[in-house]
This record gives sequence, structure tokens and C-alpha cells, in this order.
Amino acid sequence: MRRLVLILVPYLWLLCLFLIPFVIVMKISLSDVALSIPPYTPQLDLSAGWQGIRDFFAELDFENFAFLTTDDLYWKAYLSSLQIAAISTVLTLLVGFPIAYAMAQSPDEWRPTLMMLVILPFWTSFLIRVYSWMGILANEGVLNQVLLWLGIIDSPLQILNTKTAVYIGIVYTYLPFMILPIYAALERLDGSLLEAAEDLGCSRISAFWLVTVPLSKNGVIAGCFLVFIPAVGEFVIPSLLGGSKTLMIGKVLWEEFFSNRDWPVASAVAVILLLILVIPIVLFQRQEQKQREAEGT
Amino acid sequence: MPQTVFAPWDDPNEKPLISFQRVTKRFGDFTAIDDISLDIFSREFFALLGPSGCGKTTLMRMLAGFETPTEGKIFLAGQDIAPVPPNKRAVNMMFQSYALFPHLTVWDNIAFGLKREGKDKDAIEARVNEMLKLTRLEKFKSRKPHQISGGQRQRVALARSLAKAPKLLLLDEPLGALDAKLRQDTQFELVDIQEKTGTTFVIVTHDQEEAMTVASRVAVMDEGKLMQVSTPDRIYESPDSVYVADFIGDVNIIEGRAHQTGDNVQVIWAEGQPPLMAKTQKDFSLDQQCWLAIRPEKVAISAERPQAPNTLRGRILDIAYLGNISTYHVELPTGHVIKAQEANTRRIARRSFTWEDEVWLSWTDTAGVLLDR
Repeated sequence: MRRLVLILVPYLWLLCLFLIPFVIVMKISLSDVALSIPPYTPQLDLSAGWQGIRDFFAELDFENFAFLTTDDLYWKAYLSSLQIAAISTVLTLLVGFPIAYAMAQSPDEWRPTLMMLVILPFWTSFLIRVYSWMGILANEGVLNQVLLWLGIIDSPLQILNTKTAVYIGIVYTYLPFMILPIYAALERLDGSLLEAAEDLGCSRISAFWLVTVPLSKNGVIAGCFLVFIPAVGEFVIPSLLGGSKTLMIGKVLWEEFFSNRDWPVASAVAVILLLILVIPIVLFQRQEQKQREAEGT
Repeated sequence: MPQTVFAPWDDPNEKPLISFQRVTKRFGDFTAIDDISLDIFSREFFALLGPSGCGKTTLMRMLAGFETPTEGKIFLAGQDIAPVPPNKRAVNMMFQSYALFPHLTVWDNIAFGLKREGKDKDAIEARVNEMLKLTRLEKFKSRKPHQISGGQRQRVALARSLAKAPKLLLLDEPLGALDAKLRQDTQFELVDIQEKTGTTFVIVTHDQEEAMTVASRVAVMDEGKLMQVSTPDRIYESPDSVYVADFIGDVNIIEGRAHQTGDNVQVIWAEGQPPLMAKTQKDFSLDQQCWLAIRPEKVAISAERPQAPNTLRGRILDIAYLGNISTYHVELPTGHVIKAQEANTRRIARRSFTWEDEVWLSWTDTAGVLLDR
């Protein structure tokens, strides 16, 4: 009985907070836009009995999904989101790995402090931190002022409202998600493995490529998924830092929903986004599973 | 057929493979190795023995190249190895934790060093197969380290470190992680492999039995110093200090004052007791402080007073029954407790002595070793 309750809790959680909302969104995506509250038809009318339910289902169709294929804005937005997410993930990895490596190499007594410093930005609201990047990257912002003062540039660089600003924002925001799993993998790495590699003829650099990198692979993969998945659907960073030219699906979705008040199309966009993300999520889960099996034995 | 004894250390013309010359190693203000000079010869199985923290691992890591001496020089085959990095030394090491690469198969682990040498594929294949055969691991070659047992892992580590045919193989507590039974089998296997490959082995261990079993020579270390370097039998039979006598095996130490006539020494050891008789090659001044070290198995125990140079009367305090032998702890009237060992040739029910029995202990004048430090 107790076991049943224990199993039931996560399932109930998933049912209430994922499955039911998903069914609602799915249903809206199959509806038509209407001038009413809520702004779509049909509405389920249970008072009409069986006939009502049958009418309700008869009116649902895949029109909105078909519409998404007619306008190239949508697939361009999906593609651009995936691209931005992929590039940002690689950049985050390039920045995060050395940091994680340095943390793992540092003396034991320093590690908790360094870890704290990585987590510290979470204590401030995400929105405030992104806003402050606007202040740094703007044409009259801190960065340009410093560069001008140093005489490195003659005229301010246009960084805000470009893709570069979006990359900077995503790398900054998601860096801890990259650092922590890689650090965890590197910290567990037995130092004598590197000595053994050197003893068997490796230089320091080849020992790094042949031992450190393969053994931190799981941490790297976990970090990449943790950055890539939320970055695809990212809305705040592109809309605050990316300007109007940066096309990302999160922004398109927001505009469909709030500006056009076209809930059904917005829902269809969301459903497709979810399907696109399910693939990396499933891959991620399988990777985790494999890792657990390898360590379990 | 005259048997040639392997004893290059007694031959003054023999050139050592490794030569430590006045080597000191300090970590901060801690001296790990204190002015050590030591020669190790080709094809030797050399054991560094000592308690943890005595500097034996540091000495080995200096050979591997992971530490550099603070003072002094180390020569390998006549060449000063201080500037040679670990990956350029003809020395390989078997790590205490084995340090097998968890992401590689047994085969790839063994091939790791060979691949770094840039040998061609066939040569690597042949060498790895040879190593797999030597260590009886053919069946496990495609397994990962976490899929094999501790004993097998130990053999993979050995095969990997031998694959490059090093001039010198270093073994850091190689059997520490194995259970007692497997350890004994593996000890003989190690000796066997050492003889087959003709490689010089230097083993670090804190287990004196292991050192005695495998080594051609043993160096007993304490606090960064070499206490004695000799063959296992000489270390056991003629230790040159109380520390070595006490560290290796079981021993009774009796402190006294020496009265020497020729090579006979009378040891005055207790008020109102006849002096103990011992023979020695050393010279003791009159009343010099000395220690008589005598192994329990060289002390005979009997009910009647026997005819022997040294006889002492005592009472059995305790009996440690070890199956094949028993150790009797006998208390003398002076308060000294002397251990005597007897083989249990009879069934335990027919044992001649029991607790509280009055017995005679005896030994010859050559049974003990007289020590001056």
C-alpha cells in the first residue's frame, strides 16, 4: 500500500502538471480561432449529452498545423531557434569546460567557494540579470565605453539587438548548468589515471585527450542537453537582447498568443516545439540510463 | 653441476641498473627521503619494505619520474634521469589502485602504451596477445575493467605495465587489494613472470611476508632512511638493528650489558639471573648496552631442564594456537615475557603444556643475534 502511494505521487504530479495541460493545449491547437472568451471554438458542451460530444469532436481538425507549413516564418523560426541553441550550447561548452576543469584541479579547500561562486548568480532574478546585460551591451553601455576609453575602437560596436547579444545572454545564463555536471565528472576522475597515461608514454596534452576527455564525456553530454533544451524555447533572452531581427520560436509563440490573440495557432506552434524537444530529451534520458548501468556494475 | 647463485650485489665488477646517490627529497619542511644511496641491479626483484609514511612510495615515484629529488642524483643504466619526464623513461609502473582506464577494454588498456610508441598494428596485436597469454587473460580481452574481478584487474595492470618491455618495472603495493589466498598465489605468479621476462622489478610493500616471498633483496626503510638492505634470509637471520629485527617477523628482544671474551659474549640482563650466552662477530666494549634478538621458533620449550647454553625457567601465561604452530608466552620471574614457538606435531588434545605450567626455555649461543643499536 505504501509502495503504491509512493509510486502514485510522481504519476499524479505528471498527470496534473504535464498531461492535463498538454491535452488542453493539444485541444486548443485543433480548434478554430473565434471572437469570444476564450477566443476559440468549439467549447465542450456537456449539457447537450452524446450529441454535444460528437459535434465537439467533429469540429476539431488539423487546420492550424497545415497553416504552419504555408507560412515560411514558422519553419524558419524553428530552424533559427535550433541553430541559435546549438551554437550557444557549443559556446557554453567552450567556456564551461575550462572553468569546470580549473575547479576540479584547484586545492580541496577552495572547491566549495568556487562552487558557491558558480551558483551565486541564481540568487538574483534571471530577468534582472538579463536587463543588466542590456546596460552592458548597449551602444552607450559599459562595454563600449570601456573599449572607447581604452582606444581599442573608434565608434561604438553594435552588439545589443544582434544574435551575438543572444549568444552572450544564453551562455551567461546557462553556464552553471554546463559547469556543474562536467565538474562532477572531472572531480571523480582518479589522478592516478593521468599518471598511468604519462607513465605509458603520453604527453600531458595527449593524456588530457585520451583520458580526461573520454572520462568526462558523460558530464559534457548532460551539460549540453541541460543547455540546449531550454535554449531552444528561450523567449526572454532573444526578446530583450536580440532585437526584432532575431527570429526565435519562443518569440513567435508569444506574439501569436498575445499580439494576434490566435490561441489555436500559438498552441500548434507549442505542440510542434514540444515534439521537436522530445527527441533530445529522450536521447538525454537514454544517455543517463546507460551511464547508470555502466556505474552500477 | 655447479649452481650459479644470482648475487650481482656481491660482485664489485657488476654495474648497477639503478643508482641512488645521496638522494634527499623534502616536501616543505618534511623530509621524506633522507640522504639515501642505493644500488639496484639488472634482473633483480627488489623490495622496498617499511611502514606507511617511511618514504618507500616517494622513492619509487622518483624512479617513475613523478617526483624529482631535492638533492642528489638518480642514475638509470648510467644516465642521470632527473631531466627525463615520466613519458620518456624506460620505466613503467603498476599502480596501487591499478589505474586501469575504465573507458577502455582490457585489450585496449594493454595496447595503450604500445600505441603511444607509434608501432604498427601487427606488432601491437602480437605484443598484446603475448601479454594476454602471459597473464592468462585471453578470455577477458574485450571486457571493460568494471566487468572483471579484482585478481583479473591486477593481472591487466601487470600486463599493461609489462607490454612496453620496460628496463625497470615498479610495483606499488601490487597485491594490496587482493584477499589473502589470492595474494599468495599471485606472489608466486609475479616471481614467475619476473623470471620469464627478465625485467628488473622494484616492489613497494608494507607486508613483510610478501617482501620475503618475492624479493631477491629487501630494503627495510624507516623515516626516510634505509635501515638495512640485504637478502630476505639475511634480513631475517641477521638483522643489524633492533628496528629491523622487530619489523620483520616475531622476535624477543632482551636488553642487557655485554661482557665480551673473543666472540663469546655474556649478556648481563637481570639482577640475580645467570648471564645469557651469545656469539657475535661484533666488538662490544665492557658493559656496553646491547640487545639480544631471538626468534620464537629458535626457543625450545620443555618440562625438564635441558642441557643448553641458555636455560630459563618460567610459567606459561598464554598460548596462541595458529593451527600448524603454537606460540607460548612464558613469563619469567623477572617479569620478562618470552615467546617460544612449537610445531603442533601432535593433536591438540595431547599437547604437553597448558596454561600456568612451569616450563624450561632454552636456546643455543648461536640462536640469537646480538645488536648494538
